[in-house]
Amino acid sequence: MKPLYHFHGGIHPPSNKTQSTLVPIARAPLPSRLVIPFHQHVGNRAKPIVRVGERVLKGQKIGRSEGHLSSAVHASTSGTVTAIDMQLVAHHSGLPDLCVTLIPDGKDEWIAHSGVDYTQTTHSELRHLLRKAGVVGLGGAVFPSDLKADARHQKITTLILNGAECEPYITCDDMLMRERAVEIIRGAEIMRFMLDAEEVLIGIEDNKPEAIRAMQLAAATSGDKMKVIVVPTIYPGGGAKQLIRVLTGIEVAAGVRSTEKGVQCFNVATALSIYRAIQFGEPLLSRIVTIAGNVQQAQNYEALIGTPIDELVALSGALPDTNGYIMGGPMMGMPLPAVHVPLVKATNCIIVSSKKLFPPPPPAMPCIRCTRCVDVCPAELQPQDLFWFAQSKEFGRAQAFNLFDCIECGACSYVCPSHIPLVQYYRFAKSEIRVREHDKQVADQARERHEYREHRIEREKREKSDKLAAREKAAHAAKLHSDQALTPQQQVALANLEASRAHIRELAKSEVEHSVESPGN
Amino acid sequence: MFFSPFISKPDNVAQIMFKVLLAMLPGITLYVWYFGPAIVVSIMLASITALGTEALMLKLRNRPIMPFLKDNSALLTGWLLALSIPPLAPWWMIVVGTAFSIAIAKHLYGGLGSNLFNPAMVGYAVLIISFPMQMTQWIAPHGLGQIELGFFDQLEYIFFGVLPHNASLDAVTMATPLDTLKTHLHLDQSVTQILDMPIFGQLGGHGSEMVAWGFLFGGLYLLAARIISWHIPVTYLATLFIIAAIFHLVDPHHYVAPLFHWYSGAAMLGAFFILTDPVSSPTTNKGKLIYAAGAALLTYLIRVFGGFPDGVAFATLLMNICVPLIVLYTQPPVFGKKDRVPDKKSRADKS
Repeated sequence: MKPLYHFHGGIHPPSNKTQSTLVPIARAPLPSRLVIPFHQHVGNRAKPIVRVGERVLKGQKIGRSEGHLSSAVHASTSGTVTAIDMQLVAHHSGLPDLCVTLIPDGKDEWIAHSGVDYTQTTHSELRHLLRKAGVVGLGGAVFPSDLKADARHQKITTLILNGAECEPYITCDDMLMRERAVEIIRGAEIMRFMLDAEEVLIGIEDNKPEAIRAMQLAAATSGDKMKVIVVPTIYPGGGAKQLIRVLTGIEVAAGVRSTEKGVQCFNVATALSIYRAIQFGEPLLSRIVTIAGNVQQAQNYEALIGTPIDELVALSGALPDTNGYIMGGPMMGMPLPAVHVPLVKATNCIIVSSKKLFPPPPPAMPCIRCTRCVDVCPAELQPQDLFWFAQSKEFGRAQAFNLFDCIECGACSYVCPSHIPLVQYYRFAKSEIRVREHDKQVADQARERHEYREHRIEREKREKSDKLAAREKAAHAAKLHSDQALTPQQQVALANLEASRAHIRELAKSEVEHSVESPGN
Repeated sequence: MFFSPFISKPDNVAQIMFKVLLAMLPGITLYVWYFGPAIVVSIMLASITALGTEALMLKLRNRPIMPFLKDNSALLTGWLLALSIPPLAPWWMIVVGTAFSIAIAKHLYGGLGSNLFNPAMVGYAVLIISFPMQMTQWIAPHGLGQIELGFFDQLEYIFFGVLPHNASLDAVTMATPLDTLKTHLHLDQSVTQILDMPIFGQLGGHGSEMVAWGFLFGGLYLLAARIISWHIPVTYLATLFIIAAIFHLVDPHHYVAPLFHWYSGAAMLGAFFILTDPVSSPTTNKGKLIYAAGAALLTYLIRVFGGFPDGVAFATLLMNICVPLIVLYTQPPVFGKKDRVPDKKSRADKS
């Protein structure tokens, strides 16, 4: 078997995964309403193409992708559009975003759709199909898959399927691999075809024996180019860069794309969506989501995109001492601004929190530079220095110490004996730097525009006076030729004309000189 | 419940400091066994002074008092200082030294986490420069002194400077092994002759070498508990050994064997408890190697060629000054930016 590589750092938080793997994935019932945001992916917001009052069918496109980096959005079931407006969504900013509100008619009536035989289809046609189907990465990054399944610019040697799922509580990929391994492998075959990859490595952490077995059985049907590789359980071993390192030994630095090193990485759930999109023409309408934490029965649900999260949580039964909801895992997730926000393509897990499960951290103490954070940092940074620079707002030094290589995995905060919210400091420093860079850009642009305007005014004046001078020269030459033939009255009129021209020339000349002398004014 | 991560390891500064205090107990126990209970009195005095000064400084600086008092860092400073000075020194010495450590070397630099120098070593430096006489009052180890003081005799001397009527100070105290060695070398005696004196034991001084074993044992616990990393203690002891070995090999009559340097003075305490203070030592691994090697070199030079009885404290302080520079020049490359060729070494053995 292939040797594995090691990445620096990492932690072993309590996994809390068994609670939600005791029962199979359940199909969530049709919700009372669906709120589907137009911006669920990396890139530009999709453009609405339906009107309020319109009846839409399941799978009908309701948002068109806008520009290169964007993705389409579809109606998750059949029903009536009752609103297109700003609604609260699950986003770090806590700001509302443009959404369709869809009242299901209960018929779940599909729009006409059909798949293709991928082996008989061109790569560009396959990419087009993925784009049309709104397939984006389901591991959390929600990057449009059609742009990733593109080997025109680089040779891809290795395709990696990420089934590591390292964050505590989350089991949606685990359950998906246990129950739908064959479909995932079929999706992987399509991706391998699209990328012309030589091998497919499926990385799964060793705390998922059932998923590993199921995937191995399914992969065996696909020849020896498809390998399931068991990787050690360690957080954040499921980060794309960490998994690529463990499986191939390649380190992909911040700001570098893995494709430049011949590796492309997809989440296992994305592989399944790609399979459904190509084989059956089904757009991405639902996903598996783990409901866990302070609930009666933690479980995975297959839920329609746009399902209000409170309706999902109700299926698992939140306990009375619930004090909030986290979208994602406890390491990198975000608190939901409200529990009625809709499920989006990025929602892999909802953790119902309570004071007992997630007690508030004790007050932060000063940093004692114990470097436990250095020991666990997978990006091999010096978190204690970055903290110091962020705290004292020395953003230039923070950048020089590779602040932007931080992947915000939270391992440093997890181990900090002083309970300093380190990741928060890094987020603060990053956003401050971005704001400053933006401001500087705007100021630079304004200055350039101003300088160019000055330059243009000056040039126009110069051109005007040059033109005038040239014309007069020509007239003068003509006059010399025709002077003899003129009557005295004509000669007087000409002399007058000449005098007034000289006056104008004087005026124009002084104006140019003036503006040349003081270009700043 | 506002920001990720929402979970954290159940660990805190107070626990870390507590484990360090715990790791000193074997050394302290052996200290009491060989030198009598006076050291316990110094430690108590240092603890009370440390906590009192800490509370006062926190109040003056408008900081919350209880969370910081409970972090055990002031106690650690006090204990380290108490272990560095003669237990029979008058009571006000440890009080003045500890108060100086906490008030000046710690709080005037910004309190916990901000001090450039190891506070206990600053306290030691102040005492040895200001009161060199009192800093020589080391108790003779069990069985070697002409007269041995009981616990109450020791207490009486520490607090009132009164000795039993039949005893003189010279009868109850003794020069340290390092001092004895140095003095007799000046008298043109050879190392082998000197080491025959009863004050010397197998490896270092009689009694004090056992205390060093105690600190070594406690240090190994700190390593096992992952409170400290191997970089500083191993490099410090290894460098000290190598330098001493070179001198010893060249001239065994004038330079004592390397293990003597490990087991005398504050070398073991320094290697595991003083130099490893995270606040005043480098944060990078490469930096820790440079720092510890530099400290070992300075320790040796001060011990052998300098005027002070031991070199650990000044070596620590001198290296503390270099820490910011060392850290700046030993920044390790980050993930993906080191042109690292995957090799067998970095492969986890999992196939």
